[in-house]
Amino acid sequence: MAEEKSPSGFRYIGTKRRTKEDPRFVTGRGHYAADIALPGMKHIALVASPHPSARIVSINTKPALAVPGVLYVLTGEEFQGGTDALYVGVDAPKVTRYALARGIVRYAGEWVAAVVADTRAIAEDAAELVEVEYESLPYVIDPEAALAPDAHLVHKAHGSNVLYHRKFVWGPVEEAFAKADHKLAFRATWGRSSTVPIETFGVAAQWDAGTGLLDIWASIQMPKFPDQAARALKLPGNAVRVHFDVDVGGSYGLKRGIKHTVLVGFLAKRLGVPVRLIEDRLENMRGGDMHGPDRFFDMQVAFDRDGTIRALKIRAVDDVGAYAGRSPLQLGKPVGAICGPYQIRAIEYEPTSVMTNKTPQEAVRGFGQAPTNFALERAMDRVARYLKMDRIELRRKNLIRKDQFPYLIPSGTSYDSGDYHAVLDKALAAIDYPALERERDEARKAGRLAGIGISTCLEPSGGNTSFEILFNPKNETTTWMDSCLVRVDLSGSITGLMNTSSSGQGHETLVSTVIGEVLERDPAAIRVIHADSLSALPSNSPVGSRMAIMLGGAAAGAARKIKDTLVAIAAHNFECSPQDLEYRDGNVNVKGVPSKVLTWDQLVEIAHRKYHQMPPGIEPGLQAKFVWEVPTGPTVPTPDGRVQMYPCYSFETHIVYVEIDPDTGKPSLKRYVCGHDCGVMINPDIVHGMTYGGIAHGIGASLYEKFAYTEDGQLASGTFMDYLIPSAMEVPDIHIVDHCTPSPLTTFGQKGSGEAGYLGAPAAIANAVNDALDPLGVSIDTLPMSHLALWERISSAAKKSA
Amino acid sequence: MSEKLYSISVEVNGVARSAHVPARLSLVDWLRDDLRLTGTHVGCEHGICGACSIMLDGEPVRSCLMYAVQADGHRVTTVEGLANPDGSMSVLQDSFCKCHAMQCGYCTPGMLIAAKGLLEANRHPSDTEIRAAIGGNLCRCTGYQQIVDAIHDAARRMASGAK
Amino acid sequence: MKSAPFEYLRADSIASACEALRREGDSAKIIAGGQSLVPIMAMRLVRPSLLVDINEIAALKFIAVERDAVRIGACTRQALVERDDALASRVPLLRQALAWVGHVQTRNRGTLGGSIVHADPCAELPLAAQVLGAKMVLRSSSGARTLAAEEFFTGPMVTATDSSECLEEVHWPVWSEPRTGCAFTEIANRHGDFAMVSAACQLALDGEGRCVRAAFGLGGVGQTPLAFPRLAARLLGTKLDEAVVKSVAQDAAAQTEPGSDLFATADYRRHLAGVLAARVIRAAQEKAGGGK
Repeated sequence: MAEEKSPSGFRYIGTKRRTKEDPRFVTGRGHYAADIALPGMKHIALVASPHPSARIVSINTKPALAVPGVLYVLTGEEFQGGTDALYVGVDAPKVTRYALARGIVRYAGEWVAAVVADTRAIAEDAAELVEVEYESLPYVIDPEAALAPDAHLVHKAHGSNVLYHRKFVWGPVEEAFAKADHKLAFRATWGRSSTVPIETFGVAAQWDAGTGLLDIWASIQMPKFPDQAARALKLPGNAVRVHFDVDVGGSYGLKRGIKHTVLVGFLAKRLGVPVRLIEDRLENMRGGDMHGPDRFFDMQVAFDRDGTIRALKIRAVDDVGAYAGRSPLQLGKPVGAICGPYQIRAIEYEPTSVMTNKTPQEAVRGFGQAPTNFALERAMDRVARYLKMDRIELRRKNLIRKDQFPYLIPSGTSYDSGDYHAVLDKALAAIDYPALERERDEARKAGRLAGIGISTCLEPSGGNTSFEILFNPKNETTTWMDSCLVRVDLSGSITGLMNTSSSGQGHETLVSTVIGEVLERDPAAIRVIHADSLSALPSNSPVGSRMAIMLGGAAAGAARKIKDTLVAIAAHNFECSPQDLEYRDGNVNVKGVPSKVLTWDQLVEIAHRKYHQMPPGIEPGLQAKFVWEVPTGPTVPTPDGRVQMYPCYSFETHIVYVEIDPDTGKPSLKRYVCGHDCGVMINPDIVHGMTYGGIAHGIGASLYEKFAYTEDGQLASGTFMDYLIPSAMEVPDIHIVDHCTPSPLTTFGQKGSGEAGYLGAPAAIANAVNDALDPLGVSIDTLPMSHLALWERISSAAKKSA
Repeated sequence: MSEKLYSISVEVNGVARSAHVPARLSLVDWLRDDLRLTGTHVGCEHGICGACSIMLDGEPVRSCLMYAVQADGHRVTTVEGLANPDGSMSVLQDSFCKCHAMQCGYCTPGMLIAAKGLLEANRHPSDTEIRAAIGGNLCRCTGYQQIVDAIHDAARRMASGAK
Repeated sequence: MKSAPFEYLRADSIASACEALRREGDSAKIIAGGQSLVPIMAMRLVRPSLLVDINEIAALKFIAVERDAVRIGACTRQALVERDDALASRVPLLRQALAWVGHVQTRNRGTLGGSIVHADPCAELPLAAQVLGAKMVLRSSSGARTLAAEEFFTGPMVTATDSSECLEEVHWPVWSEPRTGCAFTEIANRHGDFAMVSAACQLALDGEGRCVRAAFGLGGVGQTPLAFPRLAARLLGTKLDEAVVKSVAQDAAAQTEPGSDLFATADYRRHLAGVLAARVIRAAQEKAGGGK
């Protein structure tokens, strides 16, 4: 296949190139956690609480231990005695969390005991025989009820169900509300859904008593994972070796699995045999601690009759379930894009993180930004509707203009670059917007409910951790670096070493493309390997759409050092200045004298074997590492909570056409265009793929997916029969239109894109559905907009008119 | 009380395989854990996600919804058996790479099996037919777009005689 | 999600399957396609001591097109039933219903009889059987008996089959009227999911477009799939004008007793029942060459 020339003038970056990872996946040679088979390995099944809240009176493990093939039954009593509690992202030290409960269970599905047996089937047989006596306790399921003064306390020692609350005021909010021509208020609700990868969480561990080393293979995407595992296991960091060469079967932020890992690590060490836990789907959905944001927004907007948005008041309440982890911080990241792509000069933001007796929340694609974007975009459409103004005109009026970058928003973050109007215009052209409006109007005339939805949203990228210090001043993390090591061996082959695992983002392709670009060598011949945590350079893992920027930047930095070394070797041997040389395809020649050249092979040989030809002060061998900090760094917030959140801001605009069957409430997405600007794309196929996937995920969150709870605290959608992941039949053909506004902050002008699609799709779909419902005079601001919910809106309109 | 074992003989990717298995061992667990054909994946174990799809006697089925003992005397093809006889990638596999029809790769083997089943029955599938054929295979990464593209691409190449 | 232990018998004949059922009683379970049974066994909601596998019994896999009926062996794969053109011309409702059943992979393994015996009130094949008045031939060691659909389906996941019986074949009546049309539709969250409500109809028209024979039914709105022979009779002799269809559909909806669950309230289901009943009647009319 012919390779296309990069539009940005790069040799490899931005061209259509095959990925390095795909061949192993299509031949069945991926290497996932569940593929790990260690000699003598034992298997774990879990005993889970059937109660949303209860006291554990007693546990009798004897009948389970009597089952042939059962090695051990671990309870919370022993486990909590031997390990430390897991990390809490906010200042709530008494909200302690362990993999196995002791004394109290706080949600239905919480793990109470772990059975270790020869096979998973036997472990399940025995798990059924563990006798746990419970004494049921009061519980709270609804987040608003959990905020009530007399609410049942999920963690009594914490003294409140509130994990985090603060009211930020940035800019003259009250003044703007007083002076604005109009105000409106509404509530937008984001349902409890998650990324739900097709691979559940899996981890295997093996303890070597001879070396005192715990080896871990896990399906993870998590910053500081090895450190946290070691700490909870009360082991020094260098006694835990996490193997990052495990392929992760989907994550999208979610695969943290720290509690699983501590449990398995503890058992492997305690029992002296390799142990593996592969969650089954039922364990995963109920007790895997992988639910996403469950959030409502009380929105107030102050605006003028010409459509200028003057100020916002946003109260966000997020139900994180029964334990904390990093989930409260998902209210923190949106601070960095709290006004979206708009020029809104005054904002009040009041986030509240509240606990209930539900499965805990974990990081989900966008880390809280997608729900926030949904609320912002519903606000824009509501304002347009209020003013009877065209939604596109309203957006055009408020969008930050190209000439305003870098643009400082009221909450202290500077947006790097963008051309929002151009991307919006491209998307409108791609879908032929006037024709689309005619199509909608024809459908309406024919008696159908038809609507067009538009969203214009930001994807903050280059993830740092400014929200940690913002939400917890005791946590002074102000670096969120990533690294790469590049080696050229004696044969002249190049190897890049990355320091984290991948879950489909194509990092091997990324690193090889960037190294190839800098060194002018074919990326197809460059190998990229994943270090283990003891041989790794620092990394903060692929979160916050950061790897194109951070790993890409690190790989480029390391490759440039190699290039500089090669030029220095040549300069030494030609007895000239490096400025007199030119580097081409790995060879170095004297400028203007192509024949006076040292080839790649010759230079490599000098570096590896001919110390006498090496310039003084340069290490022999040919390798270089580069540790890169997030371009703007995480910064220390001001007292009023202004902070530079992520450095780079990608932009996406979605236009979707939906029809809803007025008789049944069934929606169908008929047309979908996404205009996307994430700066320079390293590999367009990868970027597009993640964007398509993000949109599909957004379709799920807006129309189908919900972890629903019954009033008695049971998860009602704990299987794939009732947690509804959209299939190819529900996801329409999607057309992506690219635009490129390079970031001034990054190596090649790239921005992040791992969360693309998901950040704007739910907003656009909600707007489309509301446009469809508009002629009926009803609206919906609660996700997911199920068939039932849509029918109820439609029939309430029919009743009103009757 | 150890479980009763049943003896089975199954042709897996053209090779006769024999084993003694407990009745409750699912076909996918046997393929993965005993035969170490780990290309076939487990996603839900209750018949919804399609990650465990294999060909049974030439037709795509879910291997989590069969017990290994039921496969006795039958023919199974897994993703490891999709390559050409010389070991090179089949057109279908190559088209998946060409169109980047995957990200994490976890659903990919099941998608390939579903696509193979489709293309063997229908050499010129429409968009809708492709979507229906993979409608029982959930993917969380791709939004299906590049998978649909890849299956179209493979159909075109196979129609012009590529292998 | 590993099934609880069980023993396994691969039956080589209907007789041997029946004999095993007689011997084991309630604790034995037949596995046909297993597409519904295996998941509930994996969740340990069902724990047979013995699984009697009828998949290898050739005598249970056939499609026999006869003059007044088509006989289909209980273990015939749904995919084969779907693909059979001779069958589709005689009992076209089956192909239409099967388009809504699960996915390619489940239809390749799932069987016609397995779905009918599973008797999910939302499932498509039981509704088709109820609407067309299919007859189920049940075999046990002590002989065979034939039950009409209306006697066969007795409750949610419950049939009149007793634990010693094995469904042997299903007889589907063939309508001889030259202008016959049928339709099947449903509303589910996603394609291939269990229907919230399903509807099926078969009609025959005379040369002038008058309805001379009619059957329709609804799934997901009662303890069993429901047929409405009395309401269908009201269609006879009419040209299926709007008022008749609407009133019949509304009356059908009113006769349902749906339940509520995560995805649909009883009100929503009842409403859908009326909408879908009208739609399938109209669609069947069009298939029969009537209407506009």
